[in-house]
Amino acid sequence: MRTLWTVFAKEVLENLRDRRTLFSALVMGPLLGPVLFGAMISRIVAQNAPAAQRPLAVMIEHGERAPNLVQYLEGAGVQVRAWSSATGEAGQAVERGAVAFLLRIPADYGRRFAAGTPARLELIEDSSNNRTRSAVARLHALIATYASGLAQQRLAARGVDPLLAMPVAIDEVDVATPAARAVAVIGFMTYFVLFAVLMGGLYLAIDVTAGERERGSLEPLLSLPVRRTTLLAGKLLATSLFMCLSLAISLSAFTLVFRFVSLDRLGMQANFGAYQALEFFAIGLPFVPLGAALMGFVASFTRSYREAQSYLGAVLLVPTLPIAFASIYSLKIKTYLMLIPSLSQHLLMTQLLQGKPLDPVEVLVSAGTSLAGAALLFVATGRHWRRETMLG
Amino acid sequence: MIEADALCKRFGAVDAAREISFVASDGRITGLLGPNGAGKSTTLRLLYGVLQPDRGEARIDGLRMAGEAGAARARIGALPHSAGLYANLTGRENIAYYGALQGQSGAALHAAVEALVARLELRDFVDRRAKGYSQGQRVKVALARALIHDPANLILDEPTNGLDVMAVRNLRALLVDLRSEGRCILLSSHVMQEVSALCDRIVIIASGRVCADDAPEAILEKTGAASLEEAFLRVQLQAGAAP
Repeated sequence: MRTLWTVFAKEVLENLRDRRTLFSALVMGPLLGPVLFGAMISRIVAQNAPAAQRPLAVMIEHGERAPNLVQYLEGAGVQVRAWSSATGEAGQAVERGAVAFLLRIPADYGRRFAAGTPARLELIEDSSNNRTRSAVARLHALIATYASGLAQQRLAARGVDPLLAMPVAIDEVDVATPAARAVAVIGFMTYFVLFAVLMGGLYLAIDVTAGERERGSLEPLLSLPVRRTTLLAGKLLATSLFMCLSLAISLSAFTLVFRFVSLDRLGMQANFGAYQALEFFAIGLPFVPLGAALMGFVASFTRSYREAQSYLGAVLLVPTLPIAFASIYSLKIKTYLMLIPSLSQHLLMTQLLQGKPLDPVEVLVSAGTSLAGAALLFVATGRHWRRETMLG
Repeated sequence: MIEADALCKRFGAVDAAREISFVASDGRITGLLGPNGAGKSTTLRLLYGVLQPDRGEARIDGLRMAGEAGAARARIGALPHSAGLYANLTGRENIAYYGALQGQSGAALHAAVEALVARLELRDFVDRRAKGYSQGQRVKVALARALIHDPANLILDEPTNGLDVMAVRNLRALLVDLRSEGRCILLSSHVMQEVSALCDRIVIIASGRVCADDAPEAILEKTGAASLEEAFLRVQLQAGAAP
């Protein structure tokens, strides 16, 4: 027990002095997710929510040819601006991005309108421009409303019930609560959390195995009267400590991000505060020894630091696979799915985000399988450490 | 006392050690001499217990490395070929870590480290991080680390590799000093002068076999060579002729 503590304390001390380990374990790993996530969400919010509140500005060429339409648009709160062909060719202006989009009233608009044939309008837009897409859609909707109002008047003038022209109507009933809707957007947060857990121990896992061998410090260590599994356990415990720290930092950062990002403006609500952060920590905790044992296992088989780095880079993606699978097939939480580590943590965390209660059995199964996996990997790694090929 | 008793070790198709037997006694410096690839490192690794022999037995002070590994290991200080230090720890922390793993603690450990710092003249750099050490400083700290538990037996794999003349002299003086305390010292080398200057007994190995095991003078006498270097070459030629 004292030997275990000696190994653990030495690995912790050594890695506290290593800037690269510290940076990746306590800054890069845990903060990458929350920062990326915060930036993405606030961008989505900025793009969608305020656009609906901001008045729509529309550039119109030859507005004088359709005074009723212009009046209708202005009445609907649209800022109408006149475009004069003297300024330049409209199509080119849109292409260059000088003008977001432009509505042109052709010369025959008035004649066709009076004749009752479809009066054409030209909408010049750039559909590859994501930022103008929602404004263009709003203009479309406004013009469609204007047109259907006109159509009803014409039908009524001819003595036809306008309702005949509307054979079917759709009433939408959305069962998703704002919290459930949010999961679609913020569901990948769980991956960032698991990523932070692994990143917290990545360099340590390499350093204590492949790194130690490459430096030549492994052979004298193995000549000491200390059991190899004790050495390994001390090293993996130190790795786990850094992983726990990374998890805690990541969750604290997410708590801050959720405080500042206004998801409610997207009609969503995230059930994530300090209390949920603690629950996330508890659910993520059994994943820590599993991740440490997995990385220790992989790194033990590599011959050099570099080789270990590239293999462990792939290990970082392992938890994404079940999560990606879950989102493609829209998996709902089931007890037997708790047998798959990383997927089980993802589903439990998602459950919390949706504000739904957790089933204690599912929590226990998730923790149990993760810990069992960790134990298995530890035994396998210990076996490898007893082999002579460990010396490299 | 270190005993190699018919040690055999194969790596795939290569016979690294074929029935290697010799005894390194207390109060003596025994030199394991041989060309590169003769099986010196393998033999030493079998003796300090990081490799297990296919056949034969390594014994430390009569304790079997195979059956009483813990007790046997505790009686050895080993300085492997590439004795890496932990770069982010100071020399002192490197030494103390091994002391703690050998079961020492508290004031006793502190005193043991202090004694070695004084004895090996580490004072000037021992509290700096090991990443900036010269090769000589690294070997000194690694040696102190091997001596922290005051072992009766010392196994050194090519300890003078990469050291300058002054450092080699200091190391020799230290080994002679350790011998005078009655310790058993076993070192390997492919450098003739080193062995002839230092060793009381020489074991020459080539192609995984012992081809001579005697005092330096006796080896000269038996081979009829004028110098140890010539004797070394002759012994090896004989071994090569009759594999």
